[in-house]
Amino acid sequence: MQLPLFAQADCLSVGGFAAIALHLISVFCHCTAMAEKLTVVVVEEDRDRALGIVDALTAAEDCDVFVIGNASGLARKIAAHVPDIVLIDIDNPTRDMMEELTLASGPLDRPVAMFVSGAAGGLAQAAIEAGVSAYVVDGLSPERIKPVMDTAIARFSMVRQMRNELAETRRALEERKVIDRAKGLLMKAKGIDEDAAYALLRKTAMDQGRRVADVAEALVTASGLLG
Amino acid sequence: MKTVSIPVAYVPLVDAAPLIVAHEMGFAEAEGIALDLIAAPSWSSVRDMLAFGRVDAAHMLSPIPIAMAMHLGGVSTPLSAVSVMSVNGNVIGVGNALENALRAKGYGFDFADPIAAARALASVQKRPLTFGVPFPFSMHVELLNYWGEATQIADQGIEIRTVPPPLMASALAAGDVDAFCVGEPWGSVAVEQGVGALLLPGKAIWNFAPEKVLATRSDWADTEPDLVGRLMRAVWRAGRWLAQPQSRSTASELLSRKAYLDVSAELIDRALTGQLTVSARGEQRQVDHFVEFHAGAATFPWRSQAKWIANRLARVHGIPTDQANEAAFGVFRADLHRQHMVPTGGDLPGASEKVEGSIRVETPVASAQGSLRLLPDAFFDSRVFDPSAVR
Repeated sequence: MQLPLFAQADCLSVGGFAAIALHLISVFCHCTAMAEKLTVVVVEEDRDRALGIVDALTAAEDCDVFVIGNASGLARKIAAHVPDIVLIDIDNPTRDMMEELTLASGPLDRPVAMFVSGAAGGLAQAAIEAGVSAYVVDGLSPERIKPVMDTAIARFSMVRQMRNELAETRRALEERKVIDRAKGLLMKAKGIDEDAAYALLRKTAMDQGRRVADVAEALVTASGLLG
Repeated sequence: MKTVSIPVAYVPLVDAAPLIVAHEMGFAEAEGIALDLIAAPSWSSVRDMLAFGRVDAAHMLSPIPIAMAMHLGGVSTPLSAVSVMSVNGNVIGVGNALENALRAKGYGFDFADPIAAARALASVQKRPLTFGVPFPFSMHVELLNYWGEATQIADQGIEIRTVPPPLMASALAAGDVDAFCVGEPWGSVAVEQGVGALLLPGKAIWNFAPEKVLATRSDWADTEPDLVGRLMRAVWRAGRWLAQPQSRSTASELLSRKAYLDVSAELIDRALTGQLTVSARGEQRQVDHFVEFHAGAATFPWRSQAKWIANRLARVHGIPTDQANEAAFGVFRADLHRQHMVPTGGDLPGASEKVEGSIRVETPVASAQGSLRLLPDAFFDSRVFDPSAVR
């Protein structure tokens, strides 16, 4: 889908930091019934992720999507858009700043709720599993929320899975390195070959009911202390 | 006994120590449970994980479950505070601009006197003072408002903004906030980073403020009474261990691990020993019971504490008093606490309510075994809160 992007979207790639100035990407979908359109605000600092979410939402739904990439004065900035739905990564620490939106006396006139009631109840659970939290203006019907949430949930799930896989790969690499160092220590200390060193690590791990990587780490730490 | 795993959410703070210690020092295992501890990046996240069943229990700011019961905020799943996890432990601090202005007026940063601190602040800033706090429903907000109303700073007033503690330093630097109220280690981190100085411990405003609770969903507490009991006892024993002076350095080391708080053990030690460094100049102040996990029946969820919180929230948010009292009654579960704590041998108070603020010195009280002494719970302005007077 063709997205006319406005504003300094490139600055979003400064990445990860709250100190960057406010950036807005406003996206106008091809639609006729302007009054019926939902306004969605996505709070996301990472430009690529933000664009991915905007793409997915506008492809699936008739809505205006705004992205806010910066934490300072978050509640105020969100309120300025008078959104129907606010989407934010559940792991984003700036979420607590949004809590002020849920108070009736807050900067948004209409009270906002994590949607929990009725037909949307199951959705909230799915959203949390996927790692997205949504704040919805009170009184918005579940039928209107659901398509937006289904899309957001699918998108966030995908990103979460990719993130988990990356973390898993990194961890595996780290463990590989530690096991190699432990093998090296054993080979040197006991004059054994690599296979025998690994066998010894594995046997110790099995005897103690621990993971090979943990035994290796303990050995490397101990050797560092003694060394 | 088959070990049952219980997922528990917490925010990495010094006062999450009872959960971390219960897990690391074997108190959970001794009860036949394993704690699957999940660090959360925000209080909203803790609340949602608990409300929507991702976890069964959580470390939680004491006003959150009460606010939820009063339908404040976006989620209102019924929660039960089955124990108080920690009493006190917050600090109020100021940014560099206010620190310098206060020093120029000869203020000595005694870290003790709320009236003098307010007088000094009122003398250096005429416009409203803006404080950053971690969450809108928190003891931080309640203590600030209580102090702000009853002292000289009432003249210019205070504004409170939510700023996640990791962003407090930049909020101070940007002038978004003048001052802050946070839980440790964040106050000591601010001092260490040279962005602010500590003005008061939360304890100086209310001597015995229930800070964090052990919260569960009320339906879980009803359907899994056995697990709730085991969890409560494991956390209580961890609190008792933490209260022993000889445990403190081990506790600091444990908490400082990357998997938990990931800050230096020395910073954590300040809160646990009550020996705080209040400014970048290295001035040190000693505060007894700066954070308390055990002494004076600290874990007992007094219904009067809940009522105090509920009545404060009700006043700010325009909710009828009877509604607030009802919410408070259902949330702080003195009943479950009594039911499940007997096997620990810990002494329990005879009553479930007390006149908050009436204890000026450590006082022996009627209790199950007759050995209980309550710690002072006075407010700095000597007012008392009589729970029976707000029906």
